[in-house]
Amino acid sequence: MLDFVFSLFRPPYNWWVAYAAIVGVIFMALQISAAVMVYFERKVSAWMQQRYGPTLVGPSGTLQPIADVVKLIFKEELRPKAADSLLFTLAPVISVATCLIAFAPVPFGGSTTFFGWLEEPVALQIADLDVGVLVVFAVASVGVYGIVLAGWASNSKYALLGGLRSSAQMISYELAYGMALATVVLLAGSMSFREIVDAQAGYFAYLVLPSINIPDVIPRWNVFAMFPFGLIAFLLFFTAGVAETNRAPFDFPEAEQELVAGYHTEYSSMRFAMFFMAEYINMVTVSAVAVNLFLGGWHFPFVPEGYGWIMFLVKLAALLFFYLWLRWTLPRVRYDQLMTLGWKILLPVATINLLAVAAGVIAFGL
Amino acid sequence: MAFDLIAFYVFAAITVLGALAVVGQRNPVYSVVAIVGSFCGLSGLYVLLEAPFVAVVQIIIYAGAILVLFLFTVMLLNATREDGAEWDRSHPYYRPGPTRIGGVLAVVLLGQLLWAMTHIADTGGIGEQQPAASSVRLLGRVLFTDYMFAFEVTSILIIAAMVGAVVLAGRKGN
Amino acid sequence: MVPITHYLILSGILFAIGTAGVFLRRNVITLLLSVEVMLNAVNLSFVAFGRQFGTVDGQIITFFVMTVAAAEAAVGLAIVIALFRHRESLSPEAFTNLKW
Repeated sequence: MLDFVFSLFRPPYNWWVAYAAIVGVIFMALQISAAVMVYFERKVSAWMQQRYGPTLVGPSGTLQPIADVVKLIFKEELRPKAADSLLFTLAPVISVATCLIAFAPVPFGGSTTFFGWLEEPVALQIADLDVGVLVVFAVASVGVYGIVLAGWASNSKYALLGGLRSSAQMISYELAYGMALATVVLLAGSMSFREIVDAQAGYFAYLVLPSINIPDVIPRWNVFAMFPFGLIAFLLFFTAGVAETNRAPFDFPEAEQELVAGYHTEYSSMRFAMFFMAEYINMVTVSAVAVNLFLGGWHFPFVPEGYGWIMFLVKLAALLFFYLWLRWTLPRVRYDQLMTLGWKILLPVATINLLAVAAGVIAFGL
Repeated sequence: MAFDLIAFYVFAAITVLGALAVVGQRNPVYSVVAIVGSFCGLSGLYVLLEAPFVAVVQIIIYAGAILVLFLFTVMLLNATREDGAEWDRSHPYYRPGPTRIGGVLAVVLLGQLLWAMTHIADTGGIGEQQPAASSVRLLGRVLFTDYMFAFEVTSILIIAAMVGAVVLAGRKGN
Repeated sequence: MVPITHYLILSGILFAIGTAGVFLRRNVITLLLSVEVMLNAVNLSFVAFGRQFGTVDGQIITFFVMTVAAAEAAVGLAIVIALFRHRESLSPEAFTNLKW
């Protein structure tokens, strides 16, 4: 028995051990990231408002997330009498499951042999799919059911209104989101994350037009591609991503002042914690996708590819900080302004941007 | 048993059970949730058929857009169960007898379809004759060359449907 | 390998379930959902045939069916909403009058 276990860690089977380790690390890291993000959300908001934030639990409050989780686990599980028991239980499960699945095709680094331990390098990714970009999009679009069903099953008017608002909001912003994705697919000529990231290695030899040559200073990231169209696509993607994850300033499904807590008004204890976790994991996923598609993934000037995953995490952290920054800086927009922004500004701009990039790809064969 | 046969049976079971749950109970919200599950199973079958793009598009279009629209309508109308209104039993077609005949007709149709499908020539496992044409690039190329006209007509259809939906649903009640 | 008959039989079963739903249910929204099940049954056989012959045409027809389904759902649900405003009911039997 023990021999069998040890034999797993020698070639040729150790590849599977390494792969299982990667899957496990992603699975755990996503869940822990929710707790870490809660801590940083509190600290960053305190910093922006000149407060201290959590300080009591552990050194400068670092153990606060653990205290929060313990509190949530030991709270009583409440369910309204009039709620639909099956869907009420199913809704948080859908939310968490979809946001965990959505990370599956997202790579977070090149490939590694773990310092020569493996014969064949293993990719730092769960599954390299030909249609990886679309898979993230598809799984995220299933995630809306968690929120809508939670709103309906709670049998409460605040929850129902939150659920309805969220479904309308997510459908509206999916269009701009998809258009921004299509822009990147055009630029890279592939829908696989790994190919898209690999197309962003190196530097641009020219800006705007092939006639204006520049030295190797601008990394070949999609955000700088065909300036300014790549940048516009990135901004569109991120704006739509903020709306998709229901974060401020687009956090209508849970607008406290109008809807108490929106779709999770009636939820408590671990079920509430699952919605909370789903929100933060979605933020991580959207940021990771944005890093891969627009910010060059694990490529960074002067950093060897073996340490690329560190650069990936740095970029990811920067985008996540930007999320928090947005929430504590901007007030919530009005609902009609949200719909106007989605349909009358983002969608036309995204369409024109896509056409411009398509024309550029045909003209210069980029 | 081969892996793909097991996978086929698992996905087929999900699909059929989901479809049965759609038509087998009275709450439209449950019907929508069941059909989402059914289409996810169908998407798995498309993956088995080496059509990953169709599988993903199935989820994006059906689960992500069309069925959310259905759910939205059910929630908006708050019509969460079939109502046994007075006109339900008044129409001759909706008396229990004719309803059962309708069910029998469905079974007969199933029998006919199954008979026809089991009487085709045995061609062995699917995909043993031809390599799969699953690349998205090829799909796009064929769609925008051979099927260009149909594609453009589809865009007109969607515009018409969009205008129609806005006009129909946006009209104020009189 | 899975024989193509398996896919075709599954497609037939789905189509029959959809048909039964159209016959049996008395709720316009569920009727529309049953129609979606029937459309998808047909899609499955298209993709299976496309795989059998190694062409992409089956998959492309699937896209057109999906677009038609989307258009149908949009218009159908708009009609449902408009009818519900008049009769406060979703039973198809409530809408048998030609004029009211």
